[in-house]
Amino acid sequence: MIANILFYIVSAILLTSAVMVVSSRNPVHSVLFLILAFINAAVLFLMAGAEFLAMVLVIVYVGAVAVLFMFVVMMLDVDFVALREGVQRYAPIGAAVGLVLFAELAFVAVSWTISPGANLLRLSPTPTDVTNTVALGSLLYTKYIFLFQMAGAILLVSMIGAIVLTLRDRNRGKRQNVDLQHARMPADTMRMVNAKLGEGAKMPAPTEEVL
Amino acid sequence: MQVALSNYLVVAGLLMVIGVFGIFMNRKNIIVIMMSIELILLAANINFIAFSGALHDMVGQVFTMFVLTVAAAESAIGLAIVVIYSRNRGSIEVEDVTLMKG
Repeated sequence: MIANILFYIVSAILLTSAVMVVSSRNPVHSVLFLILAFINAAVLFLMAGAEFLAMVLVIVYVGAVAVLFMFVVMMLDVDFVALREGVQRYAPIGAAVGLVLFAELAFVAVSWTISPGANLLRLSPTPTDVTNTVALGSLLYTKYIFLFQMAGAILLVSMIGAIVLTLRDRNRGKRQNVDLQHARMPADTMRMVNAKLGEGAKMPAPTEEVL
Repeated sequence: MQVALSNYLVVAGLLMVIGVFGIFMNRKNIIVIMMSIELILLAANINFIAFSGALHDMVGQVFTMFVLTVAAAESAIGLAIVVIYSRNRGSIEVEDVTLMKG
């Protein structure tokens, strides 16, 4: 009973903040409502028994992805008001598509039944004697280790890709030119001078080719 | 799971519809479109978790983990593209993006 009331409250906040994400005028408010939506979805995850993923959602999504969105929104110097023109024109189309989509989903949902034999087809039943994190880890690190490694590779590739995309070489700072340094001969750069007593040696004018 | 599966499915369906509606409504603002995509992926994740809880099968949670990974990678790459696009063109209007049209 209490779980049901909590579920309704949390999902009401989740759906309201999702509506605010797409309809808010200010993108910063959109990001803040996105954070609220993620936190409420994490509560839904908790209520369904996925504690580890609820915490991952809070840490990774609220802590990293939403903050990334916030950085980009605040960093870009873009006229966000101009981007909102045409909303009145597109809103009826969007609402129509949304209604059709929801009607289709509802038709599927009302005729949905779980087959009585579905329990026999479970790939790995949830263990009852260990915590959720242990159960998830013992599955991820054994049966799905290859997929887990591939997920890591995807993250690595995306990290390198994002860095390569946004890295801007402003030609600041002095760099080593290794080829030029290796091609240098002592005769090019060194001169033996017999300095006379009391006169010293004359310095030649500095050339451009200072390495 | 104390809450019935159908409640989760309705919430996830509504969340997905809101995400699709957001893509249609903010046709010019690529950042809000990416946030709508995040909402749609979140709806998919809620479905996975709900079925995992209702059917007592851990694989749904494993799959949710991978969906989260790919979604994070996607948003990072997408935001990087938005940043360099706005740096080069000074605007992020989706309808102006015709550089590769030829």
